Amino acid sequence: MRSTSQTPEQIEKVAKPEPVPLEQVLRVAELAQLELREDEQQEMLCDLNAILGHVAQMNELDTRDVPPMTQVNAAMHAAAGDRAAVDAGNVLRDDTQRPSLDRAKAMAAAPETDGTYFKVPKVIER
Amino acid sequence: MPKLELKSTSNSAPRTIRSARHAIVNGETSAVALADSYYATIATEDPNIHAWLALSRERATAQAHRIDELAKAGDLANAEALPLAGVPIGIKDVLMMQGAPATAGSKILENYRPPYDATTVAKLAAAGAVLLGKLNCDEFAMGSSNENSAYGPVHNPRSLDHVPGGSSGGSAAAVAANMAVATLGTDTGGSIRQPASFCGVVGLLPTYGRVSRYGLIAFASSLDRVGPFTHTVEDAAILLGVLAGPDPMDATSAHQPVPNYAAALDAPVKGLRIGIPDEYFGEGLDPEVRAAVEKMADALRAAGCTLHKVSLPHTRYAVATYYVLATAEASSNLARFDGVRYGLRAEDSSTLSTMYRRTRDHGFGKEVKRRILLGTYVLSAGYYDAYYRKAQQVRTLLTRDFLEAYTQVDAILTPTAPTPAFRLGEKTDDPLAMYLADIYTVTANLAGICGISVPCGNSKDGLPIGAQILGKHFDEATVLRVANAVEQAHCGGQAQR
Repeated sequence: MRSTSQTPEQIEKVAKPEPVPLEQVLRVAELAQLELREDEQQEMLCDLNAILGHVAQMNELDTRDVPPMTQVNAAMHAAAGDRAAVDAGNVLRDDTQRPSLDRAKAMAAAPETDGTYFKVPKVIER
Repeated sequence: MPKLELKSTSNSAPRTIRSARHAIVNGETSAVALADSYYATIATEDPNIHAWLALSRERATAQAHRIDELAKAGDLANAEALPLAGVPIGIKDVLMMQGAPATAGSKILENYRPPYDATTVAKLAAAGAVLLGKLNCDEFAMGSSNENSAYGPVHNPRSLDHVPGGSSGGSAAAVAANMAVATLGTDTGGSIRQPASFCGVVGLLPTYGRVSRYGLIAFASSLDRVGPFTHTVEDAAILLGVLAGPDPMDATSAHQPVPNYAAALDAPVKGLRIGIPDEYFGEGLDPEVRAAVEKMADALRAAGCTLHKVSLPHTRYAVATYYVLATAEASSNLARFDGVRYGLRAEDSSTLSTMYRRTRDHGFGKEVKRRILLGTYVLSAGYYDAYYRKAQQVRTLLTRDFLEAYTQVDAILTPTAPTPAFRLGEKTDDPLAMYLADIYTVTANLAGICGISVPCGNSKDGLPIGAQILGKHFDEATVLRVANAVEQAHCGGQAQR
């Protein structure tokens, strides 16, 4: 879903955010697999716009040369001067077998199962 | 000198880890009798407070019997053996614990029973703790007042018409009302420290990676932490010693050595440099809270610390940054609740996509939907760079603020929350106002640093006030030392023993 770059118009839009229209809230709800009842729709619209209005104050900051903090552990190791830990990157384990949760236990909480697979309603509508 | 004024309860049982373990080892009581007395207090107190969602009496009794056998055999005489032997502890309902449900305060997990223990739960049990049950919280830990629990709010034991704080409101209230010696909570933006402050108990936020999150129902994975609530700073130190350390089941857990936190309390605070950031003492800070925290600054100076003004200039952007990142991560983490593998499934759906939507519509409460919507929005095409990436960049600036400050000071003293506990219903209609009350706590989650809230006073209405001490990454020892000095100054060494 991410865009690779941002046009000046988009940056400007966020600096002074236009109110999000209702149809966009409904589109986002669809993406998030949420069904909003009528009475919830207007309330969510108001709240979303109020929160985004507050969030827009981030745009007072010039962050052109600031790297995004994408990984907390890495940022902490860098702060501690632990270059090796930063460079180590991913935490890996040996590719060996180890005990895992019993299938019956793992399936026990499923709403519908045949004991091997999770069952769901039909996927394609005719 | 002000004293902790806990509501008097029928529970005269030991209230700290040290005293509880001591009483069991010396035969003054048994683990079974102690558990019974805590369950009796829960039975009388909790109808007014509603801290507990489920009790795990069978598991607790089995463990208590095991501890009593070990005590009788003399196997607990060594102080190092089972540091939590027989200690009654409660668990926030976002953590997996076999023998009890794990609802995360949500209808969507109403009948879910986890098939394994969270690493933190397993570590407590292995150290001898008697796990009493599961504690109420805001749904998926999203909230600052515990009013977002699908099972009803928790009431503040110090004043029943006030909130206990959130999201770990049940965990804070259970300790405050002597319904557990200690509890586990989680903190994504203040959810341990703020309720600790509101209920007048100690709440510790460990450094990111210090304590395993395996078996925690995730909210925002770059921010979530697990930590203890206790009556005393010493108990927080003992519990952190049990909980801390690497876990092969959590790749974000850290390999830094685990010091003896309880022993670190013995070192005097003389010579420590304490930072006082202007940004945490500005507009919106309640005058009584300010006075109580400033009094603690004076007490630390009297104990030999030096006080220094420090600047954390990006503080005013913290709430905005937090609510972009936390909701974005939540929208992703909560995608797993879809009615397929566990939890609720809406019955009336003929296709998969209607099943997803109806399940989530029936299962999630309003605040959870609000955050999923916001998080999905800030990650959606055309807005990712402007919101999510921008917030990650501001997070870097906020973290740099702390790293710069920590070149000049050893720890930072602030209020935990701008006000004492507010009234139930006071902020439920204004989510932004509720979010802004997290201003002093979200920063530590964003920067990955550790912190603690320790009681430091009471308002004229008798509501507790908490002081927050923030420390460097993996420097919980210093945070605990300073908190210990604050506790001494506030209670004169009379903290509940």
